[in-house]
Amino acid sequence: MKPMTVRHVLWSCAILALLLLAMVLLALRLGAVPFSFGDLGQNLWWLITGQTDKVSTDFRLIMVDIRLPRILLGIVVGAALSVAGAGFQALLRNPLADPYVLGVSSGAALGAILALLAAPALPLMTPLAAFLGAAATIAAVYFLGRRQGQLDSGTLLLAGIVTASFLSATIMFLMTTLATRDLRGIAFWLMGDLSASLPRGLLWVLIAGFVIAAGAILTTASDLNVLLSGEREAMHLGVDVTRVKLVVYISASVLTGLAVSVSGAIGYVGLLVPHVMRMFFGSDYRLLIPTSALGGAIAIVVADTLARTVIAPTELPVGAMTAMAGAPVFIYLLRRRLA
Amino acid sequence: MTETASLTDAHADASAQHHSSHLRINVEQASYAYHARKQKAPLFTLEATTFQAREREFVAILGPNASGKSTLLRLISGAIAPLSGRVELDGFETCHLDVRTRAQRIALVQQESPLIFPILAGDYVLQGRHPHGRSLWFEKDEDFAIAEKALAQVGAEHLRDRWMHEISGGEKQRVVLARALAQQPLVLLLDEPTLHLDIRAQIDLLCRLRHLADEHRYTVIEVTHDLDLAAEFADQIVLLHRGKCLRVGPPAAVYQRDLLQQVFEVSLEVEPDPNGRPRVFVQGRKN
Repeated sequence: MKPMTVRHVLWSCAILALLLLAMVLLALRLGAVPFSFGDLGQNLWWLITGQTDKVSTDFRLIMVDIRLPRILLGIVVGAALSVAGAGFQALLRNPLADPYVLGVSSGAALGAILALLAAPALPLMTPLAAFLGAAATIAAVYFLGRRQGQLDSGTLLLAGIVTASFLSATIMFLMTTLATRDLRGIAFWLMGDLSASLPRGLLWVLIAGFVIAAGAILTTASDLNVLLSGEREAMHLGVDVTRVKLVVYISASVLTGLAVSVSGAIGYVGLLVPHVMRMFFGSDYRLLIPTSALGGAIAIVVADTLARTVIAPTELPVGAMTAMAGAPVFIYLLRRRLA
Repeated sequence: MTETASLTDAHADASAQHHSSHLRINVEQASYAYHARKQKAPLFTLEATTFQAREREFVAILGPNASGKSTLLRLISGAIAPLSGRVELDGFETCHLDVRTRAQRIALVQQESPLIFPILAGDYVLQGRHPHGRSLWFEKDEDFAIAEKALAQVGAEHLRDRWMHEISGGEKQRVVLARALAQQPLVLLLDEPTLHLDIRAQIDLLCRLRHLADEHRYTVIEVTHDLDLAAEFADQIVLLHRGKCLRVGPPAAVYQRDLLQQVFEVSLEVEPDPNGRPRVFVQGRKN
């Protein structure tokens, strides 16, 4: 019984934030055009202090216009997917829950594609439709995963995996028959990719959406700790179970929808990151949610840097990297749980 | 009997029995029905049940499987609302109390649900402080002190830093009870708390519950299958059979051979032990 305090949460987050900063600097430096850390530091300093006229054109083109937005996007997407994963794990009382494994990401991708086909001129329709797709999918998987009125862990996962496969096939079908030039490729939606250049306004929408939805989940953190012992027990320990589940259901769907609408269905981050954080920091949700957000950001920045550099100048989709790391971990967790 | 009359009776009883004894739980003609679908015949009905429980009182709800024991316990806990009648705690209907207030007054020890992430026994007990906190809340020193005290009350201080999945069934049940005590409730409800425990752990747990009722003024209400242990520890027995409450009273009054034979459908003998508590001797199946 170790006291959990605000100070403990802040220190843990500070350590992860430093690690994230280091990874961001590394990610900025690495790439097809290399920069030395000296150049990087000097130019960043000029940029931060407002001496923009001193910043070199190369730096401006490569760093400010390409690498930095991509890293920022990765940070938000990674944080959103990880918090969504931690949320779904508590909501469904299933340690293997993850937006990708449960088909929620594919549902969000389908929603986004439909919005792009129907109303390409309305930019905010895409994240909204992705949210609706995510919410509809998790509701469907939840009801398919029940047996005799009880949520069954194995059935839930199978229902999720089959739903994901069905939705991916639907996406393939739509993309092949209806695709226009403006739509991004099948690989983007099914595997996830951070190479999209977003309008700056959308990035802000993304950040605001993340803060609101992740904040909403954070307010239920101590309820989620109790909810993990079972719904009936939680009710008798004073948790308003219906309200908490609704908050987490909507917020986790928003987070998944936001992430998928800008980066496609990046897999396993929501599974991998909360579990790694549990190993280091324990399973208390008051600590798990902020550390998962930072951990998810680190994971995506690292994965995307690898995706950009391992076979440079050719790029891999970041989802390929996360799946290669995440799928074995999924199997490991599954085996350990059944042992 | 009118409601006022029965309340007066209850108060008269209370003052006669125990000077400071205070009526805690009042179950008044409470009934419930489970439906598979609306507008269809109910799958199971608990018919109007009436009994009272005072502070310091230990009540055992007895009956065969599917007699309505757990339904009655859920009605008392406020998790479900009675179809007719009332279930009151200190004059307030339990099903209308808000979740937090209810959890501050009533603690329920249920048959265990599986834990999906490892948790230390101490942290598990600390969950009992949840109804006393706010959202995004961190436990105060006071909460730790209460959790420590709850562990001490069940003799489980040494389990504080052990993992819940690594301790024995009897130890686990004590930790679960400690979590209920950390809620600082007025009423302790227990659903078959001695199930899966060996006889020593059963006696140990029931002695602790008896002690908690006697010394710490809890009202203890348990659902159980064990006739002899209920007779040994309980002040009052509520006997249920196929959704009907057949008898309420002290063990000696409820434990009558014909009644028990009818309810449990076995041949048995009832004899008083030297302390005047009834003992049941089962003789095999009744044809």
